[in-house]
Amino acid sequence: MKLKSEYMRTEEKVIFALRELYSKYGYAQFKMSKFEEYDLYVKNKDFLVSDSVITFNDTNGKLLALKPDVTLSIIKNSTDSSGVQKLYYNENVYRVSKNTHSFKEIMQTGLECIGNIGTYNICEVVTLAAKSLSAISDKFVLDISHMGLISSVLAEINDDVKTQILKFISEKNTHDLISLCDNEGVDSKTIVSLINVNGTVDEIKEKLLAIPFPESAADALEEIFTIANILENTQDKDKIHFDFSIVNDMNYYSGIVFKGYIEGIPTGILSGGRYDLLMNKMGKKSGAIGFAVYLDFLERFMEETKEYDTDILLLYNDTDKLAEVLKTVDTLTTQGNRVLAEKTVPEGLKYKTLLRFE
Amino acid sequence: MKDFINIALPKGRLGEKVYDMFERAGYPCPSIRENNRKLIFENSDACVRYFWVKPSDVAIYVERGAADIGVAGKDILLEYEPDIYELLDLDLGKCRMAVASKSDFRDNTDKTLRVATKFVNITKKYYAGKSREIDVVKLNGSIEIAPILGLSDVIVDIVETGTTLKENNLKVFETIVPISARLIANKSSYKFKADKIADIREKLSKQVIKND
Repeated sequence: MKLKSEYMRTEEKVIFALRELYSKYGYAQFKMSKFEEYDLYVKNKDFLVSDSVITFNDTNGKLLALKPDVTLSIIKNSTDSSGVQKLYYNENVYRVSKNTHSFKEIMQTGLECIGNIGTYNICEVVTLAAKSLSAISDKFVLDISHMGLISSVLAEINDDVKTQILKFISEKNTHDLISLCDNEGVDSKTIVSLINVNGTVDEIKEKLLAIPFPESAADALEEIFTIANILENTQDKDKIHFDFSIVNDMNYYSGIVFKGYIEGIPTGILSGGRYDLLMNKMGKKSGAIGFAVYLDFLERFMEETKEYDTDILLLYNDTDKLAEVLKTVDTLTTQGNRVLAEKTVPEGLKYKTLLRFE
Repeated sequence: MKDFINIALPKGRLGEKVYDMFERAGYPCPSIRENNRKLIFENSDACVRYFWVKPSDVAIYVERGAADIGVAGKDILLEYEPDIYELLDLDLGKCRMAVASKSDFRDNTDKTLRVATKFVNITKKYYAGKSREIDVVKLNGSIEIAPILGLSDVIVDIVETGTTLKENNLKVFETIVPISARLIANKSSYKFKADKIADIREKLSKQVIKND
């Protein structure tokens, strides 16, 4: 079977491109059911983007949910081993849309790398994230941050204040951050200078070195520099930025975190990171890193309005030899035309050529 | 093609003040001062496009990318929690979100507190922080009338001078949070028009005079 890309919608093209990409790098597809035991989500509620989950009883009265998330299911099914498990998925998830307060079906694809994660794995996943974005558009930015670095800077602060500070960091909101820190008697200087570090690998190195980080940040900094040096040699290095306002939940994410943006799409469409702490919470010893690409925004991105609804409009009558009509349609389509056979001209239809069957 | 910056300004006096700041920052658009019914104003030399929208809608335009940047009150940002960057406190349109009620009101903690407000999320969060059980009455305007008619015990609303409250024999009991206008940016636009947005932020910030 041959597929012609002109008959595919944008998101379908992207899905195929991503599948090819992930398979080439040795990731195996993980196919799963739409349902999951509700229990899984109750235990890890904060990990979910939205609180609401669609639930229903199965035939035995057990409470099931339509999956709001894929990562948790993959972790649940993973086994601790000395190697690394590389998986990708392409599934629908069900979440509440913040704007409309109603459930939405969101097409999501992504990959997870679970096991004994080393620097190579991190770089590979980050590179694949960049390549995933570039499969959608060459105008993209992949922002990288490090939760280890941020948590070492915030280590001494109590949890309530920490949550507020994290929110301000993610908003690049330095004015409210400074006044909160002043009220709480926390030194805001390091945090503010960290928020202001953003740019390509070249641009951030010196800026980072100039910040007086606490000693506990040493490991995170070393990891950032190691990764930055490796990424400097990849082809998309200009589009890979470090931006320390990218924050994910500290209870789940431990190391590198990242977010991808495409010009013309108003929100981030790729999100991921290293989530060893979540693995830990779910009783696994392995580390893990992964990301998800949200494909629902692509529907209206790069939307081409076709000039014609059909190439050829073929008009026929019931008195014509129908076998001949069918044969003509067949011939025209094999010549590469889109053919619509009708008895009268449909209202509002735009066609390139009008043919009368004779 | 030149990259335009789309700027959503809140209709009204505050928006006009904010436009003046943009103009002084080097992003003028003279046609905006003409008294007509146009909705969108463009200056291709400075590559800016301004439009007036309802103040409470600015955040929506910015969050969904129809505007790259905009100016919105902190009250709106706290209420809707849009996924945007909040880049600068413009220190304009200053007021506070407060709890008010009739002057002779006394809080009775053994009952659920009935609170009338436009700002349901801010209210819920504030009282959740105090572990107080409340019954929210969502209203869209003339909030002050609610405690007078016994619709609610207190109101949560924006207080600027307090004149309206005083004239209706109401009084502020607690301040929840100070409010002012903020410069906000779409997260994706910030990545692709970074230099220009940073330049605007920088030049606006120089005009902000903090007077606490």
